[in-house]
Amino acid sequence: MLSRTAECLFWLARYAERAANVARGLSVAYRMDGIVGQAGGEAEEWRALLTASGGEAGFHRKYETVTPDAVVHWLVHDTDNPSGILACFEAARHNARTVRTALTVDMWESLNDSWNHLRTLPPEATEGEKLPDFLSWVRSRVMLFNGAAADTMLRQEAWRFVHLGTMLERADNTARLCDVRHHQLSPAADGASEYVHWQAALRSVSALRAYHWVYRERLDPKRIVDLMILRPELPRSLVACYGEVLETLEGIAVGQGGRRGECHRLAGEIHARLRYGRLDAIFEQGLHDFLTEMIGLTARLGSEIESFYIRG
Amino acid sequence: MSQAKAFDEMSGLDGEIRAPYAEIARWLRDTPRELLYRKRQEAEMLFRRIGITFAVYGEGGDPERLIPFDLIPRIIARSEWEVLAGGLRQRVRALNLFLADIYAKQEILRAVKVPADLILGNELLRPEMKDFVPPGGIYTHICGIDVVRTGPEDFYVLEDNCRTPSGVSYMLENREAMLRLFPRLCARHRLAPISRYPEELLTTLKAAAPASCKGEPTVVILTPGPYNSAYYEHCFLADEMGVEVVEGADLFVQEKVVYMRTTAGPKRVDVIYRRIDDEYLDPEAFLPDSMLGVPGLMAAYRAGNVALANAPGCGIADDKAIYPYVPDMIRFYLNEEPLIGNVPTHLCEREEDRKYVLANLDKLVVKLTKGSGGYGMMVGPHATAEMREEFRKRIIANPGNYIAQPTLALSTVPTVAEQGVAPRHVDLRPFVLTSGEEIRIVPGGLTRVALREGSLVVNSSQGGGTKDTWVLDDALVEAVTAELGMGQAQANGRG
Repeated sequence: MLSRTAECLFWLARYAERAANVARGLSVAYRMDGIVGQAGGEAEEWRALLTASGGEAGFHRKYETVTPDAVVHWLVHDTDNPSGILACFEAARHNARTVRTALTVDMWESLNDSWNHLRTLPPEATEGEKLPDFLSWVRSRVMLFNGAAADTMLRQEAWRFVHLGTMLERADNTARLCDVRHHQLSPAADGASEYVHWQAALRSVSALRAYHWVYRERLDPKRIVDLMILRPELPRSLVACYGEVLETLEGIAVGQGGRRGECHRLAGEIHARLRYGRLDAIFEQGLHDFLTEMIGLTARLGSEIESFYIRG
Repeated sequence: MSQAKAFDEMSGLDGEIRAPYAEIARWLRDTPRELLYRKRQEAEMLFRRIGITFAVYGEGGDPERLIPFDLIPRIIARSEWEVLAGGLRQRVRALNLFLADIYAKQEILRAVKVPADLILGNELLRPEMKDFVPPGGIYTHICGIDVVRTGPEDFYVLEDNCRTPSGVSYMLENREAMLRLFPRLCARHRLAPISRYPEELLTTLKAAAPASCKGEPTVVILTPGPYNSAYYEHCFLADEMGVEVVEGADLFVQEKVVYMRTTAGPKRVDVIYRRIDDEYLDPEAFLPDSMLGVPGLMAAYRAGNVALANAPGCGIADDKAIYPYVPDMIRFYLNEEPLIGNVPTHLCEREEDRKYVLANLDKLVVKLTKGSGGYGMMVGPHATAEMREEFRKRIIANPGNYIAQPTLALSTVPTVAEQGVAPRHVDLRPFVLTSGEEIRIVPGGLTRVALREGSLVVNSSQGGGTKDTWVLDDALVEAVTAELGMGQAQANGRG
């Protein structure tokens, strides 16, 4: 496959996944606003969301204070924010248009329809109580795209680069979301006051129900960390995402007669640490430390993949 | 000539319905206008959804526009088509022979059939092509010939497009749209199928592979990228042929061999269907600051390691200043009389012609010799006095840049307009594929229609639209049924 095609597919999937992740984050913040808003802690939640999205510096260059409206505008409409929902769809659609021939009609139409809808979206459509509907629309559009990819793409290299992009972006997102709440998730955290944050952490990866199914116990920060990082059953856990990343990279290598590079080794190493690592060891290292390292490794893996398959 | 009433392809000059349009006339009579308007909206949604747009960046407004699609098909009888196709084959054969001659012995100049200074001083002549014979001796593999009609028997070539003609994706998508919107109307006609065009194109491109290529040639389409107005078409054709669409940066040349960068390492390329202009092909040979091209491409080409379709330097054959001499080329190379004529053309460079043009600016269409897309032209009878004065000055300042033609009463076809169905002027661009001795033309082409009342300018950049073009085939009764089945298969499973 053309290297540029692989690059576009990889980024197309990353941007689509990112849009949905931002929407998930916003839904949680909106909900938290209703719960803790009255207690005066509202800005905290929105600030955490900004940190998780990685665009804090950019935000402060344009906006003076962290208000819900400003954060929503920044994370939805502002095209100066490369991780904003509109910007993500724009970038995803641009990549898709560039490599149309590598997509199936269903994938293209799901993205193109979303883009056509978004580009005529009035700013009022995300104001106040309309926000949750909009956010669930975004999530459903990305699920439609992911479903179209899973249901219609030939299981060849094109599919693998799409899947690789989705999974790497998802791993990065889970690590970041877990990290912004590392205080509340540390073993010393006080259950009574942090309970809503635990719920929020789980909701942000769509895992609140999953928690109950896996543990059948009350919420507990150690188990939440276990679920988000080490449990292969949860499709958004770090280990699950890395399992997919590793398998997908292997699939590409096998398809090319066994050609492998540093990206394959690194993916194997990261996966092994997650697959065979102990929860206690994570807390010994420090949750924040561990997650910062994971975020760094994920970024490095991304550039190793690019240097092997795209710039190679 | 401008006052003459235009020939309507449905109702002729006298209002009597012509035979090929009998069924369409009945259908138009029985179809409520509201239904047509609704279908038109449906068509627009279809095109938007599939993303059949042409990109216009840097003009403000929507950067991705739809070319308006008109629902009423344009019909050509098989017998008319056969005459036309014969003329097209003849013309393209002559154009290829002309190119081969111009880049070699230049016999036509020595025979003084074409003035030497028109050729030798022309910036479209590519010295890089001198004394080099492209694989198979073919220069313009894919040629779009613009044809206009003024009467029942009267077809004229308005323009040759020997470089990188576009529009064929609209020809194909318009048919798909008609089959989806009006399956029964299509079924009641015996439409000559056109859906095999991509296959014919691939056959043509493979046949262009250089002799050095052993085994199955690797074909690619070279595009300027997503910002190009015809990007959709480049992808569409690549998809239909199952070949890669590449940008300049995806290719590189090593020891005069062209490779594309793939995830599995470099892969050799044998045939490049390039949709970028000559000047941008290779910064080492042409414009040094071109970012679109591939450094070293021309050296690889001249070494016989890769084929380019079309060959560089084809512009010398479709220059509007050369156009008046095409009938003479046909006589000179083929020893035949032209089957389709030219529109009489005045070259402003010739003093006698210039005098006539300046005295008749209100009757003539003036065009830039190097212009295209309907830019830089003036339709005299529709122009204001100021515009005519402006063109007078320009012609006097640079006579060599202008030609003029009588304002033809282009034929009209019924079209869905704001106030119901009304006649609008059309032209036709059939696509002619050449490989070796064989010339392939799928029956039909792209019909462009000037949507504004009275307008003679059909270019999409100037508010023109398109129609499906039907060649009615008596011999192929089953064809439309077959094509119907195929249309659905594509709708469900392309990709």
